[in-house]
Amino acid sequence: MGIAAPPRDFGFGSDEEMLRDLGRKFLDEQLPIEKLRDLIGQDPAAVYERGELPRWDPELWKQMVELGWSGLAVPEAAGGVGFKMAGIAALVEELGRHAVPSPFLSTLNASFALRAVESDAAGATLARIVDGASASLAITGARGSWEPAVCDVTAQAASGEGVVLSGDAHFVQDAFKADLFVTTADAGGALLLCVVPADAEGLTLTQDHIHDLTRDQASLHFDQVQVPAAAIVSRDATPALERAWPALLVATAADLCGTSEWQLQTTVEYARNRIQFDHPLGFFQAVKHPLVNAMIAIDRARSLLYHAACCIDQQSDEALTAARMAKSAASDAGAFISDRSVQLHGGIGFTWECDVHLFFKRSMHNQALYGDATHQRRKLADLLIGPV
Amino acid sequence: MAESRLDDEQREFQAHARGWLAENAPPPPPERMPLTPIEVMTTGQRDYLQDWQHRCYEAGLIGADLPGAYGGGGHQGCQRIANQEMSRAGTPFLINVVGLNMAVPTILEHGTEEQKLRFVPGALSGEEIWCQGFSEPGAGSDMANQQTFAERRGDDWVVNGHKVWTSLGHFASWMILLARTSRDHKYDGITYFLCPIQGHPGVTVRPLIKMTGESGFNEVLFEDVVIPDSLRLDDVGKGWTVAMTTLTYERGAAESAGGGGGESVQPVQQLIELARESYRNGVPAIEDPVTRDHIVERAIVAEGLRQNGRRASVPALTDHPMRIPLQAKVTSSEFMQDNARLGVEIAGARSTLYKLDRNAPNAGHWPLAYMNSYGYTIAAGSNEIQRNILGERVLGLAKSK
Repeated sequence: MGIAAPPRDFGFGSDEEMLRDLGRKFLDEQLPIEKLRDLIGQDPAAVYERGELPRWDPELWKQMVELGWSGLAVPEAAGGVGFKMAGIAALVEELGRHAVPSPFLSTLNASFALRAVESDAAGATLARIVDGASASLAITGARGSWEPAVCDVTAQAASGEGVVLSGDAHFVQDAFKADLFVTTADAGGALLLCVVPADAEGLTLTQDHIHDLTRDQASLHFDQVQVPAAAIVSRDATPALERAWPALLVATAADLCGTSEWQLQTTVEYARNRIQFDHPLGFFQAVKHPLVNAMIAIDRARSLLYHAACCIDQQSDEALTAARMAKSAASDAGAFISDRSVQLHGGIGFTWECDVHLFFKRSMHNQALYGDATHQRRKLADLLIGPV
Repeated sequence: MAESRLDDEQREFQAHARGWLAENAPPPPPERMPLTPIEVMTTGQRDYLQDWQHRCYEAGLIGADLPGAYGGGGHQGCQRIANQEMSRAGTPFLINVVGLNMAVPTILEHGTEEQKLRFVPGALSGEEIWCQGFSEPGAGSDMANQQTFAERRGDDWVVNGHKVWTSLGHFASWMILLARTSRDHKYDGITYFLCPIQGHPGVTVRPLIKMTGESGFNEVLFEDVVIPDSLRLDDVGKGWTVAMTTLTYERGAAESAGGGGGESVQPVQQLIELARESYRNGVPAIEDPVTRDHIVERAIVAEGLRQNGRRASVPALTDHPMRIPLQAKVTSSEFMQDNARLGVEIAGARSTLYKLDRNAPNAGHWPLAYMNSYGYTIAAGSNEIQRNILGERVLGLAKSK
């Protein structure tokens, strides 16, 4: 129990509002829906038949770095801004709302893991991130584990306190956009966390062919990859990853809230304008009421999102519970509005030319990432009721 | 930005409220108490609850933010604290729910100075219990279809008609009454009155029996009931607008004169406890993964409601000022309903037992709470009407009717 009451405004003050509003304005200008469609929605055969990587705009990422976004989650001690999670969540909502393809989220998540550790390697890597290096977490095994501390990479001791990595990491987000990977490895029972540059010798990336056009995903194969001692972030990383986990869940939930709100507003817009039986679609309660239900679900998720972000900022013991609730509610809300956004657009909603599929797929991807709604509730049951 | 940090006055008030509630715990009730104000049946229940409200009022926990002239405490931003403290202490609900949440805010917004001085103090203290006369047999969701007629005769009005679903009508001194004063206009032909009920000539209150077999609400018949024009609230023909004020408060979209207490502080905790002592096909329900999932769903909704209330006060995080407030009626009533429904499910075979049965879990609470929950999903504008309002006023969709 904290003694100071949590701030009623979730700690969302003028700085946070300014960042969010600037982010919204920037993305409105730089990546309006027409431009997003041109970027990733042109030719289905490119990704789905020829297996090309989904396109993205490295220039836009460069601008995001110039705006200082890559340093937002980096503590001031490492040269970053140390921004509140409440503000970061709001900015990520905007990225979701614009379905931005970029290494922003993967870099953010890597930063959360790194900042949970106090070591020279962590600090040095965070400093590189502030300078614009993109990063991604490689912490997931072939079974698609949703919790930290499981991976299929082993670390063997090498000369000079370094290690050699062998094995595979799976479901690595935006791997082809990353300059470096923050990876876990099993070092004889203890969990090692280390930094591997994308061009390390012995490291190969194999593209996952995925539905979501707004990101890429890959598996990483480590074939005797040398990691010097200076690149080892932690030799006992489980507590750090557990500390970082609420922030990962919150960032993913925030992206889901953003896509969901876009899907809601876009479908509402359609229901206001499309006329059938002499009425706009929204006149009919079979259309109106599900949209209201989606709004209620989204609002619940958003309120839980800012509560969780605030808990992280306050270093509250409730952070993990709050973050799991936010991820669960955001996943459910995302699934529901995704479903209705296609259905209520009718025939056009089922086509490639209608933009809803871009958001549908990004949402579907995020629903599964780091644990879907049911998984979060299963973990919450242990937290709230106690393990069986 | 509004932080929950309290100013000196609020902190002092909070300490007072907390201290008073700690030292003045309500006595054990003389009989089984109803779960909500719409289920108050006996005079024993009424006396107990009325006495409790009176004591809270004397302690300054009701009407804290209202002017002293109207019997209030003259504070600022303290009623919310009083409500929180009453909920925290798990005290009984305040019986005069219609008076506090509907009559008082409506009179304060639309009444004459005389009306405010006359009616507000008695409603706050609970001395005068209020009921609501909006619904009629032919005016449910279509509330503007009022048929009860008030005819002007000199300085008086003569009322004839029939109101239904009148919670607390059998104990009420006063009713907030909608009546038609013109048949030429549907909406502009309605006028709002403050009507005496108990013992008033021509008024007949008859209990209606709910699906549970319990009474608690009524029908009220008006036969040539005479009320003076001084009991008219706001202008003739403006009743619809005035009623909208009442509904805004009834539906929880605005803060009322006093509330708190009564609501189950930890509904999810109750479900967990029920699951600990229940079995599903012989196995402890608390170990059943599906039951656990459903309980956690309730916990998420509960936290979501709390956090919605918090976010509604942060303009920077709300796209539309009424978006969250207008959801309150739907979300809170369905929260209660879904909790009760899950309680029935967890109780399993024992959910079949009525409260008379000594084996009924929680004295038969769950199935009765489930059935009674429809009072809330239907009353105050059914949740279907609420969804129309949300779709139209917040999302800007075409009016369904």
